[in-house]
Order: sequence, then structure tokens, then C-alpha cells
Amino acid sequence: MNVSPILHAATTGPSAYWYLTRSSGAVTLLLLTLTLTLGVVDVRRFSSPAWPRFVVDSLHRTASLLALAFLAIHILTSVLDSFAPISLIDAFIPFTGTYRPFWLGLGAVASDLMLAVLITSLLRRRMGHATWRATHWLAYASWPIALLHGFGTGSDVKGTWLLALSIGCLIVVIAAVLVRIADGWPRDIGRRAAALGGTGVFTLGLLLWLPGGPLGKEWARRSGTPANLLGHSSASSSRSNINSVVSTGEPSSSEGEK
Amino acid sequence: MAERLRVNPIACEAHGMCAELLPEMISLDEWGYPIIDEHPIPPELAELARRAAQACPTFALLIQRDRPRG
Repeated sequence: MNVSPILHAATTGPSAYWYLTRSSGAVTLLLLTLTLTLGVVDVRRFSSPAWPRFVVDSLHRTASLLALAFLAIHILTSVLDSFAPISLIDAFIPFTGTYRPFWLGLGAVASDLMLAVLITSLLRRRMGHATWRATHWLAYASWPIALLHGFGTGSDVKGTWLLALSIGCLIVVIAAVLVRIADGWPRDIGRRAAALGGTGVFTLGLLLWLPGGPLGKEWARRSGTPANLLGHSSASSSRSNINSVVSTGEPSSSEGEK
Repeated sequence: MAERLRVNPIACEAHGMCAELLPEMISLDEWGYPIIDEHPIPPELAELARRAAQACPTFALLIQRDRPRG
């Protein structure tokens, strides 16, 4: 292959949608992390001359809306892209699709939870504070589900940048959650203990699962990529390495994915 | 018709954002609860007053229009 790989990818590689859906997914993760962290800073009523409360509060809101905008781009581009068979229904009704159904479904669950948080926040004036608050806690649940979705479907997990970004975000979120749990301790101790336990189990489970899961061998097949797409990958590998690499999301050093 | 600030003392949780946004008319007591200037809101502060009311996390700050007395 004497054509430069980049030129080759640009002319015969996957559509711009495929690149967009991957990058918007990563940006969404970053913004959700920022939103969650600012939410904890907000609820702790932190304030300083340079960071008055209303600034933290409006940044929390702005970051969350920005995250949803990137989520919309993420969903739309993955539907528009013709390589992976993802329909608009798969984006909202979990576990029904044909492309990595479980891991894509987690993304649908996470975005459904975020929609619930968005709608209740928009209607906050019309609903009780307690109901709004209870629904708002779903945001904490959506974050780890979205992260698992990223690990399970992400094409770039084996590339260090996305792994580093994900782990970095995880550390920030764990720190924020610990700060939140410590705030007001030991009031509602049962709830706090449950949150602490959930965080610990999730983190431990994730670290145990990653090496044999998305970082292990043949993840594309094991995660439920349709067989014809896997076939496409090995058939096209003789023709163009980078094409198959980007489209199935396996690294170029892939050991003969079947 | 003049508009005035009102606080719902039951809903207020002393977040204090109103005093940050409208220090011209709102100060905080030693527990962080707002002390409101009950004069009509001057036109140049009307926009800030609206923002302060919107920013209140518990919707405890209200802008009330004077009713003509009958």
C-alpha cells in the first residue's frame, strides 16, 4: 500500500459520521464528568469571591445542556452512519438492536435517564422539590452506565487516549462522589453507605472486567458485533488495513479478528 | 405599577444566591437568610431582580406586582 494511510482513510474509509460519533461520545463523557463534579460543588454550597454560588450553579446547568447537545450529535451520527446498523429506536429503547445490543443498550439506558433528569429540571417549578431531587439522583446512575457503554462499544478503548480519558474521568467522579457522601455525614447513613458500596463494587468490578473484556482478545465478536461486519473486517484487511481497523474499531495490530 | 421583592420564608433554604446577584436590594442575616429591601424595584435593577428570582434553587424569591387598593 503506497497511498498514505490518512489519505486512504479520507477517500475510502468510513464516513465522517463514524469519526463524529466516536469523538462526540468522548466529549460527552468529559462534559458529563464536568457536570457531575460541578453539581457536587454546587450542592456543597461552595463559594469564594471568584466563584460565587450562582456562577457554579449556572456552569453546572450550562455544562449539562452542552453534554446533552453532544449526546444528540453522538446519537444522530451513529444512526446516520451506514457501517454499524444502529436505528433511532436502538438509541432510546435498550437491548433491542443488532449491533452489540447489550453495550449499545447501556447507552440508551444512560441517555433515557439523562432525559428524565432534563425534563424534570425543566418542569422544576411545576413539581415538588422532593420529586425533582429524587429524579435528579438518576444523574449519578447514568454516569457509570454511560462509562460502561463507552467501554463496551467504544472503538478506541484499546487506543490509550480514550482509556486514559475514561480512567481520568472515573477518578474525578469517584472523588466527587466521596465528597458528596462525606457532606452531611452521618445523616441518612443507610443511603450514604449504599452509595459508598455501589461506588466500590462498580470500580472494583470495572477494573477486574476490563483486562479480559474490552482490552482482551476478540472483544468485537464477544460484544455482539454482527457476524457480517466482522467478516467485512477480515475480508477487507488485505485490501486496506486502516479501513478495517477504523470500521470495526479494532487496533491495527489486531490478531486476526474473526 | 411597582414591583417588589418578596421571600417565601418556608421555601427559603438560605442558599444566598439572591444576595450575590442583587446586593443592591438583598443582604443576608447571620444565618444566611435574605433581608429584603421592600421598596419598589427601581427600573435599572429590574433585570437583575428577575435573574435573582430565577436563580433561587427553591424558588423562594418572588417578584410581586403591587395591586391597586380598592
